[in-house]
Amino acid sequence: MSKSVVIRNARIVDPATDRDSPGAILVEKGKIAGITNGAPQGIPDGAEHYDAGGMVVAPGLIDMRVFTGEPGHEYRETLQSAAAAAAAGGVTSFVLMPDSTPVIDDGALVDFLLRRAGATASVNILPAAAITRGLRGEEITEFGLLKEAGAVALTDGRHSIQSAALLRSAFSYAANFDLPVIHHVAEQSLVGEGVMNEGTLATVSGLKGIPIEAETIPLARDLQLAALTGVRYHAAQISTGAAVELIAAAKRRNRSISAGISINNLALNENDVAPYRTFYKLSPPLRSEDDRQAVIEGLKSGAIDTIHSAHDPQDSEVKRQPFAEASDGAVGLETLLAAALRLHHSGDVPLLTLLRAMTSRPAEILGLKSGRLAIGAPADIIIVDVDFPWVVKERELRSRSRNTAFEGARMQGAVMHTFVAGKSVFSHSATREGAAA
Amino acid sequence: MATSSPASVTPAQAASRPPFRHRHLLGISQLNQYEIVDLLDRAEAMIPISRQERKILPTLAGKTQINLFFENSTRTQSSFEIAGKRLGAQVTNMSVKTSSVAKGETLIDTAATLNAMRPDVIIVRHGASGAVELLSQKVGCSVINAGDGAHEHPTQALLDALTIRQHKGYLAGLTVAICGDIANSRVARSNLLLLGAMQVRTRVVAPRTLIPRGIEALTSEVYTDMRKGLEGADVVMMLRLQHERASGRMIPSIREYYHFYGLDAEKLSYAKPDAIVMHPGPMNRGVEIDPAIADGPRSVINEQVEMGVAVRMAVLDALLADREAAA
Repeated sequence: MSKSVVIRNARIVDPATDRDSPGAILVEKGKIAGITNGAPQGIPDGAEHYDAGGMVVAPGLIDMRVFTGEPGHEYRETLQSAAAAAAAGGVTSFVLMPDSTPVIDDGALVDFLLRRAGATASVNILPAAAITRGLRGEEITEFGLLKEAGAVALTDGRHSIQSAALLRSAFSYAANFDLPVIHHVAEQSLVGEGVMNEGTLATVSGLKGIPIEAETIPLARDLQLAALTGVRYHAAQISTGAAVELIAAAKRRNRSISAGISINNLALNENDVAPYRTFYKLSPPLRSEDDRQAVIEGLKSGAIDTIHSAHDPQDSEVKRQPFAEASDGAVGLETLLAAALRLHHSGDVPLLTLLRAMTSRPAEILGLKSGRLAIGAPADIIIVDVDFPWVVKERELRSRSRNTAFEGARMQGAVMHTFVAGKSVFSHSATREGAAA
Repeated sequence: MATSSPASVTPAQAASRPPFRHRHLLGISQLNQYEIVDLLDRAEAMIPISRQERKILPTLAGKTQINLFFENSTRTQSSFEIAGKRLGAQVTNMSVKTSSVAKGETLIDTAATLNAMRPDVIIVRHGASGAVELLSQKVGCSVINAGDGAHEHPTQALLDALTIRQHKGYLAGLTVAICGDIANSRVARSNLLLLGAMQVRTRVVAPRTLIPRGIEALTSEVYTDMRKGLEGADVVMMLRLQHERASGRMIPSIREYYHFYGLDAEKLSYAKPDAIVMHPGPMNRGVEIDPAIADGPRSVINEQVEMGVAVRMAVLDALLADREAAA
């Protein structure tokens, strides 16, 4: 059985209760057993003691969008290597996208993933199941059986379902089983051969652009169908100010709607792409600075609920290609928190708002007990030095793939300790050196 | 015909010229106006060599040139081949047929393989924007972009500028109208960059479906009415329409396109009386241009081809002979 843990001298930041004040946390049997304002009371013998030294102690992050290579492409990433990256990034739970080989569209595969994750992974892996068989966008999967097997949500991952009739049916049937639907919105006929944000940069580079309307047109459709069917709908990732407006308007009438955004679209813009830097080739594409500012406002206003890493390991074979021929995606589990903290340090977004989007909001959307510091909640906890300076170096990443969009970036803020169910799964080398000294 | 001796051109002038500072020619965007003028001057000096009996100026003797064309191109490939041979280089043509996605070797593999054969220059054409730059990062020799996607085709823009200069005597202050499929044209982009750097007034003329968003970064004058776009132009530059791709989506029919955007005598009458007509080839007669204009007295299309060889000789000489001299 796991040892008791005491974290003293903490700055407890719990978005679920808007708490940001000093205190201590006691963990017993993998759950939070006590939260005190002053010194902790009634500590069991043999408990592990951590002195947070005034650093932020927060719920472990819940990442709503992670791809790995297992099963099918283990050379890119395994559940184990993704979990190691997650632990180092302070992510204690992540939603695993069904885009693997085979596609996770069957209860037996969900069961396989949960067993595999339990045996190899140090963080909680939450499988999402495909909405349609083989992610082909044609026939819906067995939502009820998938839920019973342990799927936390339905999604077609990187794929976007084009048929409104099929979406209506999927939304209705998902509402029937009270399963959230996470949908990537992209109108394929407008995306066409587009590979980056449409506009001057694309034109000067001779690259085909992806217009904003490729996102807003399917989003408007989805929001109407969500209202019609009553489904718990989560727009997987939006990237534009126009989409923020659509979401905000729909939320005034429908409380079952939520929206996510990739940290890449909050931290980077289309200028990072030039010239032909394929590690910045992402889906949705990096947009203009105006759009980036608009989505930051959307995050502050609550139109955007969650921030995810969009962790998508790709090997150099498919990334080091001419821009239009390279695969989309970047790894991000290890840089999610640090990149998000840029918005805190720049004064754009309060720390509680940022952490809420990576803890309590994802937990509410997915119906999880974690994501908060409450007595009885799983002891998924991180200790964060929000000022720790470091530089991202791809060779130091724990992911099997090194396709980071933050190579060489100067970061401020790092995870010092990560606990999953009260068990330490990561300690920063700075703290280990400190302990040795 | 000019018969000036090459000997009076090269060593003397080359000595007074600053060495060309670039290792590759990937795009016009890397050049400033002085470098553009320098390349045009060098190219002008190369013209007599192709017009003399013994067409040889062996500044590249012993050098190896590889023409690596991922897209078919008879015209550009033979132009580079002839340019290399007239400078005495050993030229090898490699046509790489890319079978859509299922090609086994990546571009970087190909680059590494060719690099191991120790060429001095690789001329590359590729269907993807940025592909030539990517390849240039992986080889130890000079690379010349012979066209990458819808991005750049620098030697085309240089040969167009040389042709204009030969006819008009100068560039700055002229008005050049570039007409047709701007959205998919690397020739348009390289020309807009070069002419813009040389203080030429540029216009683009096309239906809205063929004008990419943000083109204002490259030219401030966008016309959808060809007659207005040609008014007072010194040069009318037509682009090839990829009508197999555009038909039914970007334009309804060739008939309608030709009616509104094909260059005929009536539309050309809006340009200056001494305006010249250019086309990078290969032409679609009856699609973007009336055959009577293409083959008429205002057309300088065949001269463009001749200037192409001179420009490519100049670029090869600047990249290879200068570097050797500097070393």
